[in-house]
Amino acid sequence: MAVNDTLEGTHHIIEEAREQQDKILLPLHNDFNQELTTLNLGPTHPATHGIFQNILQMDGERIVSGVPTIGYIHRAFEKIAERRPFYQITTLTDRMNYCSSPINNLGWHMTVEKMLGVTVPKRAQYMRVIMMELARISDHLICNSILGVDTGAFTGFLYVFQEREKIYEIYEEVCGARLTTNMGRVGGMERDFTPVAIEKLRAWLKSFPTVMKEFESMFNRNRIFMDRVVNVGPISAEKALSYGFTGPNLRAAGVDYDVRVMNPYSSYEDFEFDVPVGTNGDTYDRFMVRNEEIWQSLRIINQALDKLPEGPYHADAPHYYLPPKQEVYKNMEALIYHFKIVMGEIDAPVGEVYHSVEGGNGELGFYLVSDGGRTPYRLHFRRPCFIYYQAYPEMAVGTTLSDAIVILSSMNVIAGELDA
Amino acid sequence: MTPQDSAATPEAAVAEDPIKVQNARLLARLHTLFGEDAFTDVSEPYGLLTATTTRERIHGIIAGLQQDEEIALHFLTTMCGINYPENVGQELGMIYHLHSFTQNIRLRLKIFFPVADPVVPTLSDIYLTANWMEREAYDFYGVIFTGHPNLMRILNVEDMDYFPMRKEYPLEDGTREDKTDLFFGR
Repeated sequence: MAVNDTLEGTHHIIEEAREQQDKILLPLHNDFNQELTTLNLGPTHPATHGIFQNILQMDGERIVSGVPTIGYIHRAFEKIAERRPFYQITTLTDRMNYCSSPINNLGWHMTVEKMLGVTVPKRAQYMRVIMMELARISDHLICNSILGVDTGAFTGFLYVFQEREKIYEIYEEVCGARLTTNMGRVGGMERDFTPVAIEKLRAWLKSFPTVMKEFESMFNRNRIFMDRVVNVGPISAEKALSYGFTGPNLRAAGVDYDVRVMNPYSSYEDFEFDVPVGTNGDTYDRFMVRNEEIWQSLRIINQALDKLPEGPYHADAPHYYLPPKQEVYKNMEALIYHFKIVMGEIDAPVGEVYHSVEGGNGELGFYLVSDGGRTPYRLHFRRPCFIYYQAYPEMAVGTTLSDAIVILSSMNVIAGELDA
Repeated sequence: MTPQDSAATPEAAVAEDPIKVQNARLLARLHTLFGEDAFTDVSEPYGLLTATTTRERIHGIIAGLQQDEEIALHFLTTMCGINYPENVGQELGMIYHLHSFTQNIRLRLKIFFPVADPVVPTLSDIYLTANWMEREAYDFYGVIFTGHPNLMRILNVEDMDYFPMRKEYPLEDGTREDKTDLFFGR
């Protein structure tokens, strides 16, 4: 399903206008000055939404070349993980892509479950799907609304930031935390959805589409917005694949790769949803693909909530599943298992496992090598941001500084995930 | 040291497990393309076909797999270094994960080489994405990629003179005596 079928013809009109503009502007500044300016964009520039440095060579207003420097918040998660038991690694994962931490957390738990061979009951799988899709929506909302801010539209950002707040309230109801959530456990969820959580979720599902429609009507066909984003920073499907793009950035270029469809995990095969794809891979397509994915995520949440099966919310795996705290206070066995798990005495099998989930901005993979010890021998995170950010200079070269900001914003690079 | 599962042989495919059948097909194709002697330690941990090859052949194999129309392993999912200090002569390793979107096949390739001679051919001429992944492996494990256009540290500071993810650098200060590792930690 192409998101911009209805916009047939828009692209070439704007392209012609741009060419016209270039004809007027280019000779002027070429004669003006041949010297290049070096511009340090970042590391902490308010327009870059994170700690990245870009050393740009500018010819007037045009970018000639760019060198990205990263690592400003590198925290050596892979090294730290080599000394931590599996539960304690969860707190590292939600600090990677902090816009959608449930996806990181639950993806990590699924990796451990795959290694230990724990089967998760259906109810827990559906609950995980609901939480992960909520996280995806909040991730996409922030990305798209910040893109709006970068083009000068602050209102849309305020509209949807309120919705993100409501999503965080649902997180809070489910697990007690808002940003660094830790609602999963090896074998299921930490606790069942409370009636209040379901109520909040249903109320939000009812009110959100109106806001989303309003947000879309503010941007989708907005002349000023389209002037700023159509045909800005395009990338071809071949280039995107070669650069290792996944997620909305790859789908905007026209490749319908989605981990949820190709390698379903956590019962994604039970739900009906479409994979939106773009055609040009430009900033506008990335924006539209994310918008459409929000609608698809809503579809998935609605289906999962309607079909939410009865039954246990965690597997009967006392060796791995951290018992509920109330049990620990009054039940000796629960106390013993709690102690053993917290002290990291899970006997992990020897082996290596790769598991990937569809994160907010692409395929988030966990490669875990275990030598039978209580901690991973080696843990490597396939962080989508780290992999595709290297395409940024190529996408930005030839555009202006203001375009470069918009491109960076539409790629949804999260500094925490970039550096890990 | 490398973990082993059941060996992927064509006989195992009789079990009619679709993953096993696919892995057997992939392995057969690998053997036709590059010869049986190119791969050792073939296993299928958790359904993902894993094979070890040599650093002399890795570039040719990955380039061939990308070009091959039948399998079309055209996507480099990730690559990372690994360190086994007790494997004398093969202390360092690189692990590659490849993926075919058209066939939905994944493959994991490994190479091992001595820490004294950590030289590996670059893949950045095949996949653009290999550029930063290799810089990361160089930064953390000191693997030197010949032919890499810009092999320099990426996440750590430029003037660092060691490779921090190697096992010889423990996370905590090894000279401390007030903390004992007798019961806790690795």
